Amino acid sequence: MAFGPYLLLATLEGLVTAAVLSLTALGLSLVFGVMRIVNVAHGEFFMLGAVLAWFFSTLVTGHPALGFLLALVLSPLVVGAVALVSERLVLRRLDYNPEATIVATIGLLYIIQQIVLTVYGPEARPVVAPFDVRIALPWFGYSGYKLAVIAASVLVIAATWFLLTKTRIGLVMRATQYDRETAQNFGIPVDRVYAGVFALGAALAAIAAVLVVPIQQAHYLMGLDPLLLSFIVVIIGGLGSLRGTVVAALLIGLSDGIISVFFSPTLAKMIATLLVAMVLVFRPQGLFGTAAR
Amino acid sequence: MAAVKPLLAVRDVHKSFDGLTAVDGVDFDLPAGEIRAIIGPNGAGKTTFVNLVCGRVMPDSGQVLFAGEDITHLPAHARVRRGIAYTFQITSVFTQLSVYDNVALSVQRTLIDHKERGESRFSAADLRRGVDHALERVGLSDRSAMPAGELAYGHQRLLELAMGLALKPRLLILDEPTQGLSDSEIEGFGVLVREIAADATVLLIEHNMPVVMALAHRITVMDQGRVLAEGSPDEIRANADVQHAYLGVSGDA
Amino acid sequence: MADKTAMRSLLLHVAVIGVLLALNFVLPEYHRGVFSRILVLAVFAMGYNLLFGYCGLLSLGHAMFFAAGLYGAGLTVYHLDWGVAAGFAAGIMAGATLALAIGLLALRTTGVAFMIVTLMFSQVFYLTTLYFTTWTRGEEGLVLRQDVRQLGLGGVSLDLSDPATRYFVALALFAVVLFATLAIARAPLGRVLVAIRENEERTRMLGYDVFANKLAAVVLSGLFCAAAGAAYALLFGYVGSSFAAIQYSILPLLWVLLGGAATTLGPLVGTLFMFYVIDIASGFTSAYMLVVGVALIVLVLFFPRGIVGAIRERWLPWLP
Repeated sequence: MAFGPYLLLATLEGLVTAAVLSLTALGLSLVFGVMRIVNVAHGEFFMLGAVLAWFFSTLVTGHPALGFLLALVLSPLVVGAVALVSERLVLRRLDYNPEATIVATIGLLYIIQQIVLTVYGPEARPVVAPFDVRIALPWFGYSGYKLAVIAASVLVIAATWFLLTKTRIGLVMRATQYDRETAQNFGIPVDRVYAGVFALGAALAAIAAVLVVPIQQAHYLMGLDPLLLSFIVVIIGGLGSLRGTVVAALLIGLSDGIISVFFSPTLAKMIATLLVAMVLVFRPQGLFGTAAR
Repeated sequence: MAAVKPLLAVRDVHKSFDGLTAVDGVDFDLPAGEIRAIIGPNGAGKTTFVNLVCGRVMPDSGQVLFAGEDITHLPAHARVRRGIAYTFQITSVFTQLSVYDNVALSVQRTLIDHKERGESRFSAADLRRGVDHALERVGLSDRSAMPAGELAYGHQRLLELAMGLALKPRLLILDEPTQGLSDSEIEGFGVLVREIAADATVLLIEHNMPVVMALAHRITVMDQGRVLAEGSPDEIRANADVQHAYLGVSGDA
Repeated sequence: MADKTAMRSLLLHVAVIGVLLALNFVLPEYHRGVFSRILVLAVFAMGYNLLFGYCGLLSLGHAMFFAAGLYGAGLTVYHLDWGVAAGFAAGIMAGATLALAIGLLALRTTGVAFMIVTLMFSQVFYLTTLYFTTWTRGEEGLVLRQDVRQLGLGGVSLDLSDPATRYFVALALFAVVLFATLAIARAPLGRVLVAIRENEERTRMLGYDVFANKLAAVVLSGLFCAAAGAAYALLFGYVGSSFAAIQYSILPLLWVLLGGAATTLGPLVGTLFMFYVIDIASGFTSAYMLVVGVALIVLVLFFPRGIVGAIRERWLPWLP
């Protein structure tokens, strides 16, 4: 095969990866940025979103798009609700102590994983794509659904960006992020902002998961990779920076395909993880971020 | 050389934070055995200056000499081992540890140093003796088993002082030591500082003017990152510049 | 007064070892096997406790130190035909060297960044064991044959696969590390580590090089954990990459939290308790991850000081 078609294919696949990854990482970044906590269970919210997507899509007979749309609406809502409940019951009582929160979210990770394993089982299950169109490109046909995933991600990211920068809710969130105490003194209900942000972060992961299940099957262990990759993206992009997160996701997504061509996937992961650890050691503010305040 | 070398000599140090100048070219000599007070309005750069001396902050330029040795680039912990002890403005004893263990941290530091210089061996008995002695000096012997966090505030300040003393420093820096103490506690504290000065040099930052006038041999006045005046308590009291910059507005100091 | 406390705690520790020794003769075969394993894993927990409990550094990557010991011993014995003693030494050296390197890098960070960095380095170690499948056989692992697990000791050859011998060797290692921990906790080093945990800046201003002391804690902790890993490989004859996975970084944290951080006996109590909780729970349900998850959350919410920590707080303030 000539170089051109290969490059185009790698780029498209990379863009799909990047699109899903930036949504997932955005959720993690938002939670870290505003609440200053690391949610280790973030990957499980992603997994839960995918499994629920399968469940909702089986409820509806008829055109696959109906089930998919139902999943796209309900799955993030349910995951957001689960996150909200865990935030109220556990994280708030820990007063968001960073280290206790990590231990608690590890506990949450195990609980969600076990419940899904018990209820849903160890099988990997696919969800049928809402439509099956192949777009004719110069050298080959390409799944129209995958292109739609890219478009949908861009849309959701744009909406999040709008929410953060142009609305009152966003202003309140940014004020809380900037200085919790002052925000509280100005009458911002910091407590409710935290709950909302935690739920929103989880819902973003769930949206990413719903988008991904027609391409990748739902499985109870599928949360680990998105978690580690989101960590990587958030660290490289600079903790809590929306633009950095998107740029880093593009970088990782696009390079992921190319690295795995030259190296075995294991070696690629080894090198990537080691590099990111080094970034964190020597440039904790990330490659694009500015120094923490 | 005929002239007595000062214990501490600071040459033209500068320090700014994010473009704000905190210390702006200070020269400072402190002879051994003196009790020196640094006074000045809030934001005059006093705390930054002593932090430059003890190494918690590194200068942008200038030199710090201690006992004739250039310590400008030494990290803080190494300066402590050379004899510069610092007690914190905000009491920061180890609240979870017993009073005994708080002081033992200082005593074991000196014992380890002795051992490394081959002067003596490290023994548990020496450690206990050292701790008991330091607690006795500040009058906390009967509280040695208590967690430091359960001490009354005034006693925590005394513990802080005991920790400084137990390091057997040549220079003891006290950052606002009487803040929050009652009048009777301040009186006892003054007696203690005079005792300490018998074998150590004392540098203190203090807002309480009667304490400064009673204790200090000499006073350095700082304003806007510079030394405004230096002299005996009487000279400082009589200095017009000082009155203008500081004593005149002592109401909000 | 201080002497009396020291005497009392020394007696308590000797008594604990005595009870464990006696258990060898009364425990049924199955439980003796479980206890051998618990003793070795409690050494892992004690190593973790030294860094997390005393020095206050929460690592999420200690599986790499355990696995360094496991592979250091396992690979040399399996591929190079080294003796058991040499293999054990190799395991410890591997762990201590790795801990030194990781410490030099990871200690540049603090707090959450330290946790993530250690997690990532450990993940790299795990992937490395998978990548060199030719030597490690990855998840499937290596099995050390019975005839290579013989410890020559002055003319006598001890068979490490024999249940009683295994129990004694595990107990001997446990005792050594327990008394080492007790000694460190009482020594100047222990006091400095706790001081660093409580207030780093104040400790620095008492003349202590905080970085050097933290590094010492990381290396000692890595060494203990590697000793546990090496012993595990030699006593149980299995060396697999699952021991390097994230789960084995979480477990020691769980054991220490449960038993009581910064207590000498907490790691043993926590490991013992968790093992039997899972053992009993698995009689009712296969959902053992649920037990771990709920335990973690209940612990951080309601018992942040753990079992031994709570006992010390309420009844026995002299407990080390």
